[in-house]
Amino acid sequence: MVTKIKIDPITRIEGHMAIEALIGDDGVVKEAKSAGTLFRGFEIILLGRDPRDANRLTQRICGVCPTAHATASALCLDDAFGSINKIPDNGKLIRALIFGSNFLQSHILHFYHLAALDYVDAVSVVGDTAPFVPRYEGDYRISGEANAELVNHYLKALDIRRKCQEMLSIFGGKMPHNVGIVPGGVTERPTEDKITNFLWRLNEIRDFIDNVYIPDVIAVAKVYGDYFEIGKGCRRVLAYGGFDLPTGKLFEGGIVSPDLQPEPFAKENITEDVKHSWYADSSSGKNPAQGQTKPDLKKKEAYSFLKSPRYNGEVCELGPLARMVSNYVQGDAKTKELVDSLLGQVGAGIDALFSVLGRHAARALEAKLVADAMVDWLTYLAPDEPTIVESEIPEKGEGAGLTEAPRGAVGHWISIKDKKIDRYQVITPTAWNASPKDDKDQPGAVEQAIIGTKVKDKDNPFELVRIVRAFDPCLACSVHLLDARGSELGVFRVV
Amino acid sequence: MATKVTKKYPVIWLQGAGCTGCSVSILNAVSPRIQNLLLDELVPGQQLNLLFHATIMAGQGEPVIEVLKDTEKNNKGGYILVVEGAIPTAEGGAYGSIGEKDGEELTIAKSVEELGRNALLTIAIGTCAAFGGIPAAKPNPTGCKGVKEVFTEKGISTAVVNLPGCPLHPDWFTGTISVIFFSGAQALNLDDLARPKLFYGKLIHENCPRRADFDKGKFAQKLSEPGCLYELGCKGHYTYADCPLRQWNNGVSWCVKAGSPCLGCVEPEFPDGTSPIYEKVNFEELIWSQK
Repeated sequence: MVTKIKIDPITRIEGHMAIEALIGDDGVVKEAKSAGTLFRGFEIILLGRDPRDANRLTQRICGVCPTAHATASALCLDDAFGSINKIPDNGKLIRALIFGSNFLQSHILHFYHLAALDYVDAVSVVGDTAPFVPRYEGDYRISGEANAELVNHYLKALDIRRKCQEMLSIFGGKMPHNVGIVPGGVTERPTEDKITNFLWRLNEIRDFIDNVYIPDVIAVAKVYGDYFEIGKGCRRVLAYGGFDLPTGKLFEGGIVSPDLQPEPFAKENITEDVKHSWYADSSSGKNPAQGQTKPDLKKKEAYSFLKSPRYNGEVCELGPLARMVSNYVQGDAKTKELVDSLLGQVGAGIDALFSVLGRHAARALEAKLVADAMVDWLTYLAPDEPTIVESEIPEKGEGAGLTEAPRGAVGHWISIKDKKIDRYQVITPTAWNASPKDDKDQPGAVEQAIIGTKVKDKDNPFELVRIVRAFDPCLACSVHLLDARGSELGVFRVV
Repeated sequence: MATKVTKKYPVIWLQGAGCTGCSVSILNAVSPRIQNLLLDELVPGQQLNLLFHATIMAGQGEPVIEVLKDTEKNNKGGYILVVEGAIPTAEGGAYGSIGEKDGEELTIAKSVEELGRNALLTIAIGTCAAFGGIPAAKPNPTGCKGVKEVFTEKGISTAVVNLPGCPLHPDWFTGTISVIFFSGAQALNLDDLARPKLFYGKLIHENCPRRADFDKGKFAQKLSEPGCLYELGCKGHYTYADCPLRQWNNGVSWCVKAGSPCLGCVEPEFPDGTSPIYEKVNFEELIWSQK
C-alpha cells in the first residue's frame, strides 16, 4: 500500500511551494515530480521594451536575489551592445561588490531564517507563539543552552543580513532592487570614504561568518550527521562561473561528473525541454538563444510552468554545492582548504557534500570565500577612474549573460530588433534544480534527491522539507511528486 | 494597579504574483527592527501577531492553511490582511495559488477575496498589490490586478490602504501601523490613490538634493555624472514619495543619490507609464502629470 503525503504550501522559501510524496510500506519515497504554479510571464512582458529596461525589470523576478538578475542582465546587454570587453575595472569591481553583498545576505538569510527552524527548537525559547507555531513536532535534537544560543543567532542574523543590504546600498542605492548595476558598468563612484565605510561594514559581517555562521553549521552537522547521507541527488554539477573581475573570475565554472571529473562548459550545449511543462511542444529542445515562452495550459503530459533545462541532455545540480565542488576538483587552493577543514571536523569526505548538510556546509563556506575576496576587490578600486563605459543600443543584435546567483548559475539571453527587445529568455538556477522530467523522462535534481528517501514519521515528514529547503529554492514554486501510476499531482511556480 | 493587557492584532500576510522583495524590505526595518515587529509591543499596549507569512513561518502544509481558515472564522472583522504581489485573475485564477485545502488549490484570487471580505483592514504592500505593478504590465499575460480593483469588482467594502513602491520602504509599513495604533485607522490621511500622505505626500523633485542642479540647468548627460538626472529619464518630477528625506537601508543611500534616475516605482503607471526608464520624460507628459 502506498501513502500519499502532501505538503502545500512549503514555506520558508522564496514564494510558495508544495510537495506530494508517494511512500511505500517501507517508508521510502517511490517517485517524485516537481512542478510550478505561478506564471507571471516576465519574458512576454519584456517584449517590445527598451533593452536597458530589462536590467531593472528582471531584478523584480526575485526580491531575495535581484542582484543576480541585474548582473546577468547587465552582462547580457553588454554582450549585445558590444561593450562586454570595455567595462572599466571600477565597473567590474563595484558590480562584484554589490552582487557579493547580496550573496552574503542571501546565504545568511537562507541558513538562519529559511532552513534553521527545521533543526532548532525556537518554541522552547520564545514560547508557543506565531509565526513559530504551528510546526512539525518531534525531531529537534538540540536542547538547553546550545539550542538557546542558536535561537539567539537566528535573531542576531536578522541584523547581520540587514547590514549586508545596507553595505550593498553604498554602491547600489537601495535594496531590494538596486539601481547601481547598469549596462556599461555602475552609476556610483567609489570615493575613499565609501570604500572605508564599506570595508568596516564588511568586517563585521566577516566576523559573523567566521565566528557564528560556520560554527553553527558545524554544530548542527554534528547532531544531525545522518543528513550527510540524505538527499544525494544527481551528483552531476554545473556552474557557469561568476564574479567577473579585472583579473578573471572568482568562480571559474564548469561541469563535474558524478565521479568528480571536471569537464569544460559551453553555453551552446544548454537546451530546454518542455514535454512536461505547460508550453507548446514546438519550443522543446531549444537552446535559450532560440527559446520561446508560449503557454499551453491544455497539455496532457505537463505538470509544471518550469521548463527542463539540461546540459548535453543531462540533469545537473546548480548552486553553492556545484560551485564549491567545481572549484575543489579544479584545485582552487582556498576552496580545498575550507572544504577539507570543515569536513574534517565532522569526520566526512568530499562525497558527503552531496547531501542535505553538504549543501548547507558548501553555502556557509562559500559565504566566507566571497566575503574574504570582497576585501581584495575594495582595495583595487580607483577613486578617480571611470565606473562606466558609454554604449549604444544596436538596431539589431544578440546577447547572452551568464553568471552565478546565490542559488546557482543564472543566464539571460536577448535578441534586439529595431532597438527593442525582440526575445528575452531567463533560466534561473531553481529552474534547473526543480525542473520537471525532461523529454527523456529523467527526473530533475530535486526530484532525484527526494526519490529513495526514507520518511520516519509521515505526520511530521522532516526529511522532505529538509531536502527541498537545502536547495534554497528561489522561484515562488511548488514541488509535487508523482503517484505510482504516474498521474500528475502538482506544480511549481516560476518567474 | 490595573493589569497590563496587550492588544494583539492578528495579521495574515498573503503573497500573490510578486517577488518577495517587499517582505525582504520589511526585514530591513530599523527602529523598530523586524524582531520587534514580530515579538514585541510596537507601541505600549499594542502589537502585531503575525499568524501567517509563507516566507518566515515555521509550519507548512495543511496546518498553516488551517490558520487562514481559523483566523477568518474566529477573528471575523478583527484581523489585518496584508497583500504582497498582484492578483492573477485570468483563467479563473489558475496562474497562481497559495496552497491546498482538502485537495483543492487555493488560488491567490480566491484567497484575497475571501480573507479580504472578513478583514478589519487590508494593506496592499508594494506596487504590485496596490496597482498591479510589473505582473500587470503590458500585455498583462495573467490578468493581474491590484487589491482595490479586485475588491471593487467583487463588492468588498473592507478599507484598503495602499503602500506602493518596488519595493516599499519598511518605514512606510511600520509608520502606517503606528498611526493606526496611536490614532486609529481613520487618522490615516490618504491621497486619492489610498496612499498615506505622511509618506507619499511630496514630490521627489521637491526634496531632491540635485534640485539645485535642475534650477541652475546643470544636467548630467551620462550616468555617473553629477547634476540633475532629468535628461537621463528621472521620474522624480511626478513621483510622490519621501525617499530623498528618508533615504533607504538605514539612511545609507537612495536611487538618485547613487546616480540613478528615479524610476517612479510608487506610481500606478509603473512600469508602462514610466518607461523607457532611461529616456527623458517629454514635457507634455510632465505638464499632464502635474495637473
